[in-house]
Amino acid sequence: MGSFQSLPDDHQYRTLSQKTGFSLEQIAILHNRFKQLSQNEETLRRDDLKTIQDLESNPIRYQIIEAFFDRRNFQKDGVGSVEEIGFEEFLTVMSYFRAPAHRITEEQKEEMRRAKLRFLFNMHDTDNDGTITLEEYRHVVEELLSRSGALGRETAKGIADAAMLEVASISVGPMAPDEFYEGITFEQFLKILKGIEIETRMHIRFLNMDTTVLCKQHCV
Amino acid sequence: MELKMFILVLGLLVGSLMPLGGAASSPDTGTGHGGSHGNKNPGNGTTYSKKPFPVLSFDYEHVRLPFEISLWVLLASLMKLGFHLIPRVSSIVPESCLLIVVGLLVGGLIKMVGEDPPVLESKIFFFYLLPPIILDAGYFMPIRQFTENLGTILMFAVVGTLWNSFFVGGLLYGVCQLEGHKLAYVDLLSCLLFGSIISAVDPVAVLAVFEEIHINELLHILVFGESLLNDAVTVVLYHLFEEYSSVGSITFMDVFLGIVCFLVVSLGGIVVGAIYGILAAFTSRFTSHTRVIEPLFVFVYSYMAYLSAEVFHLSGIMALIACGAVMRPYVEANISHKSHTTIKYFLKMWSSVSDTLIFIFLGVSTVAGPHQWNWTFVVATVIFCLVARVLGVVGLTFVINKFRIVKLTSKDQFIIAYGGLRGAIAFSLVYLLNPKHFPMRNMFLTAIITVIFFTVFVQGMTIRPLVDLLAVKKKQETKRSINEEIHTQFLDHLLTGIEDICGHYGHHHWKDKLNRFNKKYVKKCLIAGERSKEPQLIAFYHKMEMKQAIELVESGGGAKLPSALPSTVSMQNIQPKKPSQDRALPQLSKAREEEIRKILRTNLQRTRQRLRSYNRHTLIADPYEDGWNEMLLKRKKMKELEKKISQMNNYLTVPAPPPDSPTITRARLASDPQAWGLKSVTESIPTIKVDLASPQSPESVNVVDEFSKKGSQPKEEEGGLTMKVPSPAKQRKDKTPDEEPQQRLMRCLSDPGPAAEEEDEDEPFLP
Repeated sequence: MGSFQSLPDDHQYRTLSQKTGFSLEQIAILHNRFKQLSQNEETLRRDDLKTIQDLESNPIRYQIIEAFFDRRNFQKDGVGSVEEIGFEEFLTVMSYFRAPAHRITEEQKEEMRRAKLRFLFNMHDTDNDGTITLEEYRHVVEELLSRSGALGRETAKGIADAAMLEVASISVGPMAPDEFYEGITFEQFLKILKGIEIETRMHIRFLNMDTTVLCKQHCV
Repeated sequence: MELKMFILVLGLLVGSLMPLGGAASSPDTGTGHGGSHGNKNPGNGTTYSKKPFPVLSFDYEHVRLPFEISLWVLLASLMKLGFHLIPRVSSIVPESCLLIVVGLLVGGLIKMVGEDPPVLESKIFFFYLLPPIILDAGYFMPIRQFTENLGTILMFAVVGTLWNSFFVGGLLYGVCQLEGHKLAYVDLLSCLLFGSIISAVDPVAVLAVFEEIHINELLHILVFGESLLNDAVTVVLYHLFEEYSSVGSITFMDVFLGIVCFLVVSLGGIVVGAIYGILAAFTSRFTSHTRVIEPLFVFVYSYMAYLSAEVFHLSGIMALIACGAVMRPYVEANISHKSHTTIKYFLKMWSSVSDTLIFIFLGVSTVAGPHQWNWTFVVATVIFCLVARVLGVVGLTFVINKFRIVKLTSKDQFIIAYGGLRGAIAFSLVYLLNPKHFPMRNMFLTAIITVIFFTVFVQGMTIRPLVDLLAVKKKQETKRSINEEIHTQFLDHLLTGIEDICGHYGHHHWKDKLNRFNKKYVKKCLIAGERSKEPQLIAFYHKMEMKQAIELVESGGGAKLPSALPSTVSMQNIQPKKPSQDRALPQLSKAREEEIRKILRTNLQRTRQRLRSYNRHTLIADPYEDGWNEMLLKRKKMKELEKKISQMNNYLTVPAPPPDSPTITRARLASDPQAWGLKSVTESIPTIKVDLASPQSPESVNVVDEFSKKGSQPKEEEGGLTMKVPSPAKQRKDKTPDEEPQQRLMRCLSDPGPAAEEEDEDEPFLP
């Protein structure tokens, strides 16, 4: 069933490799994992991801799972979310976590940075209106503190508010009291996270391994 | 003028060292004095000639040791003071160089007088001078960067030091074997021993120089981490070669044992340090009633860790680092703010004094120490050290870059190679050598001193202009913003999640597991009370708020608030607009709204000032003390109150705009006494009874009163607030610069008592 047999189909892998930038070996390994998660079916559903045990203790697991099914992450102008994804979409989302190659130009670095930050932005901006509103940001902080009980909720609000104030003051400057700050736009998001070197921090080592180095990790 | 006075005092001090030194070295006077007394009594049992009662006597002997130590410490500290009084010199020459020069001068002076200058004894160095510096470094080590770069640091520390030792030792042996230099008596093992001593990068020297050049964190942690971790390698190599140089040969078995020894020494040191760290953390859990001795536990446990490691000849430095790093997160959660400050200042003070003393003594020992100058040996040593360092760094970086995400550029490599300074540890280790076993000890000593001088003077002095020339990234002074903190945490969880989805048990997965283990079990044991459950983000947020509160208080409220809590944007700007309810009442025009807001604000401000000025002389509670919970409670109360106020009136929000916003200019322009006389205002406001008709109305504003009532529970009730509306309005007509000093003055009069917490809420209530 399906065109992905147990033997690696070279041609399909090559196109994927060109599209996402992974090496053939990495694609093969990820494909194995995909098959394992989806129980050898062709598409992956949310429930399949929810079965991963290690994710249980992660406070932002729902947002992570959502990110895989968010059309904005694998289509240029996608809107909304899907119920199930194929291997290609899985790989596309994973490609956001690649590390920058050794010798890349400044523009490529900037492009990569924007792409990664766009991914993060999409994770926060759940209603896809192009801005992260106060409510959405509050939700983010609440989820982060979700495992700390009642103590978290009030302080979460306070923290989110302080964070929004900071963004507003950095991006917009002094505001009259009747002006209303809509939310964090993507450009402002880029600006406030300038301090974190996203292109180097947001990566998984595994996906960075050179093809020449033996990949010892077996996906169990 | 200041400088001249200072030099005079200094001269007197140094001058006093000499005769005291002379008095010390001639104990005959002292004992003679005592002896004559002693002789008297046994000689004549019953009768003794009565001497006049000694009103004033000179007995230097019995305070000699502490006196001299104190004098040296005083000299060191005065030197440090002096350098910072001379502005130009301290920006060109690093402090360590100046101190060595001073040491040379003092040693020279002492020698001229004919005395024997004191030498930096190894015992004093290793037991008293080195631990404070290392503890200071270990306690304040940035753990995150250290663990991120641990692989690189270990490579440089272990492999780099080994390479250096063998390269230098081997080549020196080769040079010694060359004919015509009379160095044939230096055998291979001695050369290797010398190589191992001299190849270790010294943490004291690195700290002293790197601290002044403010280089970026990555390079700092690389060089500094290397200098700390190579201690284990140095210890093992030193003992290995020292043991066997008398025998004359080393077998393969010894090498193997050496490797095992290395593992034992380093891991053992870390384990010992960690044990003491956990003990210290556990002890700090119970110190809530005896806050005064909290810093003592930190110091004593760390010192014990160092000494215990030294008992077994494990790496004391690694024990100390491990102890400091392990205990810090738990101890900081348990101890009071004041203890935290005390620990910080004591550590900095001790390490600073140690550092100064070490360099001065290095200078003095140079003058004192027995020297044997041999051109070939010394020059060869210097050259080989440099070459070895450069080759080592370049070679290792080539290998390391294959595994690093953030590659090390050649600029980075240059700085790492150039920053490999040698220092007093090498000197002390050579000094410990037994001259009987090592007849060439004096030559070693001379060579080491030359290398140390070379690295500290030449490299230390030129590194700063080179850093500027090469435009190496400097340390970023930006404060960590709350957005960055939120996203750092978010990223951590995100990456862990992705790793789990990939099925790959990597870096983040294990870090996350460690964190969870820490949270679940360790924190519960080691942190007292409620703080054990506090997640990191909340702790960060509280810390930030506290810092701002302190800053605000310190600046007297007149200065600009730090950027994290901007005064230009307030809560109402970001609050989602409430759905506009049907207003049966006529709306206020904007100008009236502004005026009313202004009135309320001024009155609230004055209320608060008045309330606070009552407590100017009575500090009820220190907001930074254990009343943290009370502070939170009070803040909650305030927040509830504000909610009530904001709910009371739909279109008058109490958080008022800051004075320099456009609203005030509007208000200023609009405020003329006639404007107050509009009766329609009073009817349109539902709950606030503001009689604007008469400016000097004695009626109090309900809202304000209620607020002040709630806020002044611990304080005296203020009766009857009057609204002196026109006067502040008139004063406000002045330009903004005049406004500022007035506000500042008002703030200065206010006492940063418990009311300080009102100022560190998210919504900047006061401008």
